[in-house]
Amino acid sequence: MTEYLIKPRNLDLHPQPLAPYYRSTHLRSPQHARLHYAPTATEMSAPTFGHKMLGEHDGDLILNYASAGLSAIGPRIIVHGTLRDEDGRPVSNKLIEVWQANAGGRYRHKKDGYFAALDDNFGGCGRCITSADGAYSFRTILPGAYPWPNGGNDWRPAHIHFSVFGDGFAQRLITQMYFEGDPHIALCPIVQSIPDADAIDRLVARLDMERTVPMDIRAFRFDIVLRGRSATPFENQMEGT
Amino acid sequence: MSDLKESASQTAGPYVHIGCVPSFAGLRGMYGGHDLGAAMIDGDVVGQRITLTGRVIDGDGAVLTDAMIEIWQAAPDGTFTASGFNNWGRQPSDTDTGQFQFETLKPGAVGIQAPHILVWIVARGINLGLTTRIYFPDENNSADPVFLLAGDRANTMIATLTEAGFHIDIYLQGPRETVFFDV
Repeated sequence: MTEYLIKPRNLDLHPQPLAPYYRSTHLRSPQHARLHYAPTATEMSAPTFGHKMLGEHDGDLILNYASAGLSAIGPRIIVHGTLRDEDGRPVSNKLIEVWQANAGGRYRHKKDGYFAALDDNFGGCGRCITSADGAYSFRTILPGAYPWPNGGNDWRPAHIHFSVFGDGFAQRLITQMYFEGDPHIALCPIVQSIPDADAIDRLVARLDMERTVPMDIRAFRFDIVLRGRSATPFENQMEGT
Repeated sequence: MSDLKESASQTAGPYVHIGCVPSFAGLRGMYGGHDLGAAMIDGDVVGQRITLTGRVIDGDGAVLTDAMIEIWQAAPDGTFTASGFNNWGRQPSDTDTGQFQFETLKPGAVGIQAPHILVWIVARGINLGLTTRIYFPDENNSADPVFLLAGDRANTMIATLTEAGFHIDIYLQGPRETVFFDV
């Protein structure tokens, strides 16, 4: 099997550790610069998860916490796209996990005390494994926007959290997906901690009428990109590093 | 060639447990009631079993109670393919004490690298997952290139030996700030 080095991460495309308008970063942001080294055998390998691990409804948040015959409340949506690396290669057979608030903007979590009601039939998490061509798909409901304690009148845009594995642990990524046209995107300190407007735009899912099922469910497309892998053979690296 | 760019990171937020450790978060029966990464040893294994505990501490000295920690490590034979062992673990910080705990095996050396555990931390207020390593106080780390890279801050990565196993305190800020890597 060919192994690839993982290309350096362009930190200019990511939020800096300290985001002045995102209060939680103040005491949780390291003050030293990250030390760089080229990925070693440790960072170029990663856990693998098989399709057999998945239950029938793991990727269907409309049904995976619902009582028999019932379903989650909210606008029904498909979220789908591809997982590729920066070189355009599909990243296949990799685990994607998602979590989100319900249609009212409330999480099923003991630390969320927002006024919006819980939905007995909505848990708020799902998972799937990418196919050979890197494609993934979930069914869920459109999450609601919600206010959060950040010292002012701050509301999160509707969003879905994504946790993504790659071929190497250095590609590990957690991010959030937003929805086209949401005016809260421009106002959110967490989103705006990303210094690059195009990088923000790439986190915004687009309405996809081709995948929208008439009289049933709308689709949104969100493509995810992990760090690229250069074609330099692993064997050329310093032994053991 | 492609001109794709890596998707930007966003914080895992305070509710990361729902997505990554749903049973811990109280979602009854989700994924068969089994949180992924909870058990690293799932068969007959060769090597030293260890309990690894730790805490993540903020700039005020407060222990994070809402973090999620993943580790990735070689097996005792220095490989990532040993049977009965998953190499990967995932644990939340305890919601009261902030302590996380892994039941794992002591890793072997990986080539010229001393035995080490890769650590990845996400939480509210962490914009891009923090990567560090754990090294062991009873091993010779002096020729490990990553350990050497950290210079006089390398000691922030050395676990302490306790009665129960090994322990690491990870400081996000301050005079004892842990070394974090861009790798």
